[in-house]
Amino acid sequence: MIKRFVQWMQLRMWLAAACVVASPAWAWAEAAGAAAPESNKPWWFWPLVLFFFCFILGIIAVLAGVGGGVLYVPLVSGFFPFHLDFVRGAGLLVALAGALAAGPGLLRRNLANLRLALPVALIASTCAIAGAFLGLALPTNVVQICLGATIVFIAILLATSKNVERPEVKTQDAIGMALGMSGSYYEESTGEVVEWKTHRTLTGLILFIVIGIMAGMFGLGAGWANVPVLNLLMGAPLKVAVGTSKFLLSITDTSAAWVYLNKGCVIPLMAIPSIVGLMLGSFVGVRVLAVAKPKIIRYIVIVVLLFAGLKALLKGLGIG
Amino acid sequence: MTKTKATRESAKASPEQMLYADLLFYGCWIGIFLMIITYVIYLAGVLDPYIPLNKIPHLWRLSVDEFLHEANAPHGWGWALLLGKGDYLNFLGIALLGAMTIVGFVTLIPAYVRKKDWLFVGIVTLEVLALMLAASGILGAGGH
Repeated sequence: MIKRFVQWMQLRMWLAAACVVASPAWAWAEAAGAAAPESNKPWWFWPLVLFFFCFILGIIAVLAGVGGGVLYVPLVSGFFPFHLDFVRGAGLLVALAGALAAGPGLLRRNLANLRLALPVALIASTCAIAGAFLGLALPTNVVQICLGATIVFIAILLATSKNVERPEVKTQDAIGMALGMSGSYYEESTGEVVEWKTHRTLTGLILFIVIGIMAGMFGLGAGWANVPVLNLLMGAPLKVAVGTSKFLLSITDTSAAWVYLNKGCVIPLMAIPSIVGLMLGSFVGVRVLAVAKPKIIRYIVIVVLLFAGLKALLKGLGIG
Repeated sequence: MTKTKATRESAKASPEQMLYADLLFYGCWIGIFLMIITYVIYLAGVLDPYIPLNKIPHLWRLSVDEFLHEANAPHGWGWALLLGKGDYLNFLGIALLGAMTIVGFVTLIPAYVRKKDWLFVGIVTLEVLALMLAASGILGAGGH
């Protein structure tokens, strides 16, 4: 009976994955059909499609271990009829809501650590404000080209990076020590308390300047960049890097989201179904994760990101 | 990194971190619940929207500058004056999500002052100021 349930869940997971791969093509076709300046679709059509699209995206994002924003912005800007300004505004809110919902659990289990997060957050969030203004000041096609290149880079990063579960940090550097960037967490799988500390802190902090600017400029959650810097460069254990990264997004994206909100880049009719759809999808995704084969989903996401990145590049160049 | 035989107690989150977590938990879910309620009010037409629903599909294709001009829509905190309208009522939940981190950081300041951790008092204070500056709309005012 359990085997049959697992097979049933796997079938649905593959169906969901197929849907997310097919959705852009379908939405693209729909968008092409509605390319006339005055759309003949009723007002509820795109918000409804967006809700279901984001629901599936939420499932896939959890299975692939990526944030919702990094999938949302390239796919929705590429295949839906909304201007990039509103997609980036909604993308930041999507990433913010997901990070805020995940934050409490991570903080309580000490997997998100304030000592590690706060100094990094100050740099990333102030730079995200600058990035948001930069993104809104640049011509749309330039932002679209940069977004496309970034998404292709993220796809390559996801395909090639190998995170280390527990990096070895022999001696902590002076800055890490001064900031108290160390801690411990309880590893449930082995029943041991794992202590950690950082190194190469200055380089890490400098990289968060770039990460913050990109998060604000493109409206992407920056988990794809946070995790490798915290884990591979600064030496935080993978669980702490992932947890702190998710928590960091709640701070970085807050600053950029306010800039987009104040600039008028939030249309509730499309932003709310995006947020709610993605959050509901994430809850389902967490349950599917127990029986899914995340590696295959991850490969599908990499292909979708490559596709979406190239589409954004072509759109920015006026070819797509 | 070292593995120790320390107890689970030693790996617990600090009290200020637990307080922040509780605050985020309640604030986030109230915000999301508020967004769903106000969206239903908006779509059900309980309150008239400022921008008619059937006009929006023609407007969301435009850049934000063109959108604000065409729809005569507010920017900055202008939405707060339009909370009686179905569409702008939705900004309550969104603004609450945006305010949660600022409120959480404010609660951290007394905890770090009590610990005499002046470096982190400074970091948290600067973060609150940066977030409030972004939220205020002062930066980039007059851009439209």
